[in-house]
Amino acid sequence: MSIAVTDRTAPGAVDTQTLPGETGMVERPRARWLPFSPWHLLLMPTAIVMLIPLVWMLATSLETIGQTRHFPPILWPGRFQWSNYTATLRAAPFARWFWNTTVVTTVVVLSNLLLCSLAAYAFARIRFLGKQVTYFLLLATLMVPLQVVLIPTFLIVKRMGLIDHLGALIVPNLANVFGVFMLTQFFRTLPIELEEAARIDGASRLKILFTIVLPLSLPALATLAVIQFLWTWNDFLWPLVTIINNTNAFTIQLGLQNFQGAHATDWNLLMAGNVMATLPMLILFLAAQRWFVRGIATQGLKG
Amino acid sequence: MATAAASVRPPGRLRRAVASDHVAGWMFVLPSVLLIVLFGLIPVVWGFVLSLQKAGLISPSRPFTGLSNYQHIASDPLARTAAVNAAYYTFLFVPISIVLALFLAIALNQKIRLIRFYRLAVFIPVAVSTIATGIMFLWLFDKEFGLANFLFSKVGLGPFGYFDSPQGAMPALVVMTVWGWLGFDTIVYLAALQGVPAELIEAAAVDGAGRWSQFRNVVLPLLGPATLLLVVWSTISALQLFDEVYFVTHGGPLNRTFVPVFYIYRLAFTSSYGFSKAGYAAALAYVLFLVILALTLIQFWLGNRVVHYSS
Repeated sequence: MSIAVTDRTAPGAVDTQTLPGETGMVERPRARWLPFSPWHLLLMPTAIVMLIPLVWMLATSLETIGQTRHFPPILWPGRFQWSNYTATLRAAPFARWFWNTTVVTTVVVLSNLLLCSLAAYAFARIRFLGKQVTYFLLLATLMVPLQVVLIPTFLIVKRMGLIDHLGALIVPNLANVFGVFMLTQFFRTLPIELEEAARIDGASRLKILFTIVLPLSLPALATLAVIQFLWTWNDFLWPLVTIINNTNAFTIQLGLQNFQGAHATDWNLLMAGNVMATLPMLILFLAAQRWFVRGIATQGLKG
Repeated sequence: MATAAASVRPPGRLRRAVASDHVAGWMFVLPSVLLIVLFGLIPVVWGFVLSLQKAGLISPSRPFTGLSNYQHIASDPLARTAAVNAAYYTFLFVPISIVLALFLAIALNQKIRLIRFYRLAVFIPVAVSTIATGIMFLWLFDKEFGLANFLFSKVGLGPFGYFDSPQGAMPALVVMTVWGWLGFDTIVYLAALQGVPAELIEAAAVDGAGRWSQFRNVVLPLLGPATLLLVVWSTISALQLFDEVYFVTHGGPLNRTFVPVFYIYRLAFTSSYGFSKAGYAAALAYVLFLVILALTLIQFWLGNRVVHYSS
């Protein structure tokens, strides 16, 4: 589904650690009629609106059920009812779902880093029979939306006996075209001289890839890793069709959906579950914000 | 991409080196290629074959029925409803999200205090899943106890029904999905803005261009490629809306949020149609694919007549 891949890698790299004023905008005198920049008048309300759903989720997760059924709504609970979290963990196997999602995501991310690197290196640096045709065929699949391949892929996975197993979520995602494409583009930008020197010294292709190319590609690998992590962790449609009856193999998204169905009006428990399901991704986002931003900016992608 | 290493080898070994390159190359790409062929390429072809069959997911035999699945689409009122709803959603979602993102990106490109906080606030929904977003907005838009109706009541409006009201469900979905996507679009615009060379703006300023003129004549044209990318990208994803509809509105009320992928899912994977409509679902999926492909080509064709790419 990811056609909109551009090669504008250079301007794509928004670095959130440096302020953008350094990258171009001409500094101008501040408007006189305000003690602060007028941009705050636009940005502060926007920031509040964007954060309200998250803050209210957190607030509700710490309220009693009585407080949630109150109008006007209670904006912030006076006393935090932490027991909502333990009650949620008792009411549904969140820990299990969490573990499943972690396993699936970890395996998929690591496998993509390895397999996509291998393939991308060959596409970027080795001349072999049928390379152009193969590369073109792979790229063509990028344009196909998920729903077109959904039913046949389901039938293939079913024939492999993976329905209702975590394998159904892992095996079809072990390598994806987007990763191959992105890394191929990146490897092509690396200077070839080091690799040539290593070849003359008798180093094998594998050794060159792992000791020279990959260490130079850490930004690209980090970008691929976080984007793949985001996709896999938050994926919904594919788990929905392949994990049907086995709640033990649910991912956190399927579990949340299931939990919502069972506790539709227990908003405090729902929000506690929602906080627990969302927090890992938020933490990762805060920790790796620049890789997320770079991944999105260069590839224009979200799931 | 000829291996430069081969060219520095003695001619006698050249043949062997090239021959081994074929093997080495295939060894490197084989795992990925096999996986992508099995789970990407074969399903594309098989999907088309399925669309020519009367097939269920669990039916043992799948007789060919020619183009009858495709013919059926034309006279299927639900397919029509899905198409109308998808168009309605797309017409709301694409312009709203892109225009908002443009404004926000310009604002977030300023060198002011708190800018990191503002950026974080706009970007952070990117990391939140569609299901988590759905739960949050079901709560915000709760008819009785929701924050939205409370805030509206403060200014004398409402109460509104949101996801429960036939008129309000689609706009509520748009608000929810714009919240989720805005960070994505803004990041793309911000990257484009930061790619605008400072010299160009300075040159325009030296030539006496005012701030608006600098923006209108220098910055905005350079945002063309990013805008085209976002229009194409948002249209594609808008036409494939599924998670939010499945989880939040279930296609309702009164089928007002019944969209194509939701229909495809129900036809193939639920008991609603007795698990017997996978062939028809595959045909619908292919038609949607062709519509998306056609729209993408048209958008790029139109866009390339307007958009200027800098060298």
